[in-house]
Amino acid sequence: MSKHPIVVTVNGQEHHAEVESRLLLVHFIRENLSLTGTHIGCDTTSCGACTVLFDGQPIKSCTMFAVQANGHKVESIESVAENGELHPLQSGFWEKHGLQCGFCTPGMIMTAKALLAKNPNPTEDDIRWAISGNLCRCTGYVKIVEAIQYAAEKLREPQPEEVSA
Amino acid sequence: MIDNPMSAADLTSARILDDRFEHHSPKPEGVSANVPVSYEVRVTTPVHVSGMGHAMKRKEDPRFIQGQGNYVDDVKLPGMLYMDIVRSPYAHARITKIDTSAALKLPGVVAVITGEDLKKAGNLHWMPTLMSDTQMVLPIEKVVYAAQEVCVVIATERYIAADAVDLVVVDYEPLPPVIDPFEALKDNVIVRDDKAEKTNHIWHWEAGNQAATDQVFAQADTIVKQYMHIPRIHVASIETCGMVADFHKATGKLRMYMTSQAPHAHRTVFALVSGIPEHKIQIISPDIGGGFGGKVPVYPGYVCCAVASLVTGKPVKWIEDRSENLQADSFARDYHITAEMAADKAGRITGLRVQTLADNGAADAAANPSKFPAGLYSIGTGSYDMKAAHIAVDAVYTNKPPGGVAYRCSFRVTEAVHMVERMTDIMAHERGEDPAAFRMKNFIQPEQFPYTSPTGWEYDSGNYGAALQLAMDMIGYPALRQEQAEKRARGEFMGIGISSFTEVVGAGPSKDYDILGIKMFDSAEIRIHPTGKAIARFGTKSQGQGHETTYAQLIAEELGLPAADIEIEEGDTDTAPYGLGTYASRSTPTAGAAAIMAARKIKAKARQIAAHLLEVNADDLEWNVDGWQVKGSPDQRKSIQDIAFAAYTNHPQGMEAGLEATDYYDPPNLTFPFGSYICVVDIDTGTGQVKIRRFVAVDDCGNIINPLVVEGQIHGGLTMGLAPAMFEEIVYDENGTNLTGTFADYLLPTAMETPKWELGRTITPSPHHPVGAKGVGESPTVGAPPAIVNAVVDALWHLGVRHIDIPITPYKIWKILRDKGVTD
Repeated sequence: MSKHPIVVTVNGQEHHAEVESRLLLVHFIRENLSLTGTHIGCDTTSCGACTVLFDGQPIKSCTMFAVQANGHKVESIESVAENGELHPLQSGFWEKHGLQCGFCTPGMIMTAKALLAKNPNPTEDDIRWAISGNLCRCTGYVKIVEAIQYAAEKLREPQPEEVSA
Repeated sequence: MIDNPMSAADLTSARILDDRFEHHSPKPEGVSANVPVSYEVRVTTPVHVSGMGHAMKRKEDPRFIQGQGNYVDDVKLPGMLYMDIVRSPYAHARITKIDTSAALKLPGVVAVITGEDLKKAGNLHWMPTLMSDTQMVLPIEKVVYAAQEVCVVIATERYIAADAVDLVVVDYEPLPPVIDPFEALKDNVIVRDDKAEKTNHIWHWEAGNQAATDQVFAQADTIVKQYMHIPRIHVASIETCGMVADFHKATGKLRMYMTSQAPHAHRTVFALVSGIPEHKIQIISPDIGGGFGGKVPVYPGYVCCAVASLVTGKPVKWIEDRSENLQADSFARDYHITAEMAADKAGRITGLRVQTLADNGAADAAANPSKFPAGLYSIGTGSYDMKAAHIAVDAVYTNKPPGGVAYRCSFRVTEAVHMVERMTDIMAHERGEDPAAFRMKNFIQPEQFPYTSPTGWEYDSGNYGAALQLAMDMIGYPALRQEQAEKRARGEFMGIGISSFTEVVGAGPSKDYDILGIKMFDSAEIRIHPTGKAIARFGTKSQGQGHETTYAQLIAEELGLPAADIEIEEGDTDTAPYGLGTYASRSTPTAGAAAIMAARKIKAKARQIAAHLLEVNADDLEWNVDGWQVKGSPDQRKSIQDIAFAAYTNHPQGMEAGLEATDYYDPPNLTFPFGSYICVVDIDTGTGQVKIRRFVAVDDCGNIINPLVVEGQIHGGLTMGLAPAMFEEIVYDENGTNLTGTFADYLLPTAMETPKWELGRTITPSPHHPVGAKGVGESPTVGAPPAIVNAVVDALWHLGVRHIDIPITPYKIWKILRDKGVTD
């Protein structure tokens, strides 16, 4: 099968690769780059475990080809903590018990990150709508909503306090 | 990356979050029981220790929130090959030929393994199920369900393996399938013609006293009867099943990274089936992305993956895709129930009579204790005191995937609770009594515990009236009834549903409970290091329940070591003590109890060491939070850390050095958590859509280890109760083809459909558990569905609606409303 050269910026780092046209973006991220925080749950764009940010927008990497990412920027869960500090979303999920098995968590956090970038003061309904493409089987969502509200509040503070980490 | 997010400073953020429960009221009005009710979580240790009752943040979370979890699909070994599975398009067909030549010619394909190959390798083409039935690993003569594993392909890359699956040519001779279990009983089509007896009937099982029950019914004032189907559903954990099998020829060791809820039991099964010595098999169950019972059975894919590594001498990875998971893996439920309930003139329930047909698919591959083919279904008299009961189940084979495993449920308790809570509601409505008052009148009273039920269960503790009263107070029950009456007068449809369930969890005791003969105890091993830090290992395996935190808190409670200083390990059969695993809400009742008992052994030895250090008699010492001190002279004390150091540096002559203990805990009884849920629904008459306006859940799981974790378990359990009540059902067409093989068809609730759960609690400790705890993970899944159905039927009862089978879809409701002339 023919291969295509691609250049993808993942978590701020440029990656050059030769990939088959059918290689899924999620496999490129997980297998080629060994960034295993992005998970696969359904293969059909339904569960959101594979959510990454694509030029800042949340997308489901299980139904996108790696070649489509050529020339684009991808952010995965591994980029969320910065300078040795947890992002307020990560602190929020920890603080509010927003996760149990942890399998959906990276996708949830990426979706929430995109939401808060667009809407820093979301209502509960806004949050529920935003994460409705991310399935969680463990938590019943109540504490995920609380986790995102926690993060929104922290991010709105003019000079955010040091997050508990 | 954050190196050590669980720093000592963080401990200060461990805190008591009693107010996390949205309701923490004083004793509600109206509870007339003589037995006092407790609502407050018991806390005896300071925050820096964080023993029981502290809402400590979970110790396992830092890796998950940073994408550093380690799930089976994250395991990547040098030279690893990939396995993919050829599956049957037919539910019932003879295999006339399997042509693997084209697949083998594809560059990158290493091997194709068929049933014939497994047969030659030592009759590995069949395996035992956990219920001592048999199941094909790979078929030779015929397939018995659609999506059945037919052969496997091993290749150097995932995508090549998938390509090769398409190149395997299998010739089938289709046979008529039997999909309906009532049809199957007629034996016109025999699913399992490999068996000596040519019948689809598998077993008959019953509990209770039939004659006494018939007599009670003969004398009854009111009898209600209802057929109900609890359909086939699927746990659908977000992580599917998978394995990396790694056989080392030189050492003869087979290491398997496996999505396993019961790694020790699985190792034993692999050893017995394969003949590989058990010490040469290691199962590592790494982080598990949800289990809920679906990772208890041994599926053909696991066995094939292990064989593939044995054959190739290389590590082999197999990860199911979602459609394989939904089509071929264990399903739950599928009970057809005909229940009758009797009551006397005063409206007291006197008896229950139940006939059940269990559709087990093509094998009895349930995960029940071996003496309980219908699991704990005989708990069906529920929370109600009655004279007699008789509960019977017949199981039948059909051309559907095998199973009958759990869906976040302790061995068929969900079916039992659904039945009895529906019947109780029908009885109350039929007699024109308020469903809450009717329940209050019929509850087993707190003074009656320990209570022996008509089917032989000994309930350990309960206070059912207190839980229901709290739920009624929280939701404002009388006002809702008034609102309902006003709305009904205006032609609006609103319903209030109650479910007052009793769960039964925590198997053993081992005298009654085993799986394939292995007794259902569980284990803990604690080692205290010289510097006062510890590691503890368990025979269970968390799949998100938070064991790394709650087990540490249990040990902290007993020994005063900060929970943050205790490492918890599970899932590696080479290092952890033997145990039966995590399912059926058994971890806290069994392994949690083992942790307490092991810690107490350590505490006893610590006392001797402290006496030696303080030069006093051990009898003169008393325990205080985190150390032994001289009675009446608390400044003369040795902390557990001092004692740990001495255990390796200055232990008394004649005493063994070190500070560690192991305990295999065999519970004297199961634990019986309970609760009362109230659901309020509004029905859109135009669309048939049911909107859950409020859902109040009062749970009682005895003493609480971590309120935060318990809340999370309840929220999740409620959502997995909502799911089958309103959305989820595995549907087959007449050919046995699964029509719900993706998440686009099999609908898991999203954040939009899931209500904001309102929680309350009462605390009735288990009298036999060492710290009075009961299991909790599954109570809400068991209790929630009938609350929802009861609410919907309550809204429609005046139209003559007595029962609606789950899932309650808008179409079903719209059709009822149209049939009753409410809507066009």
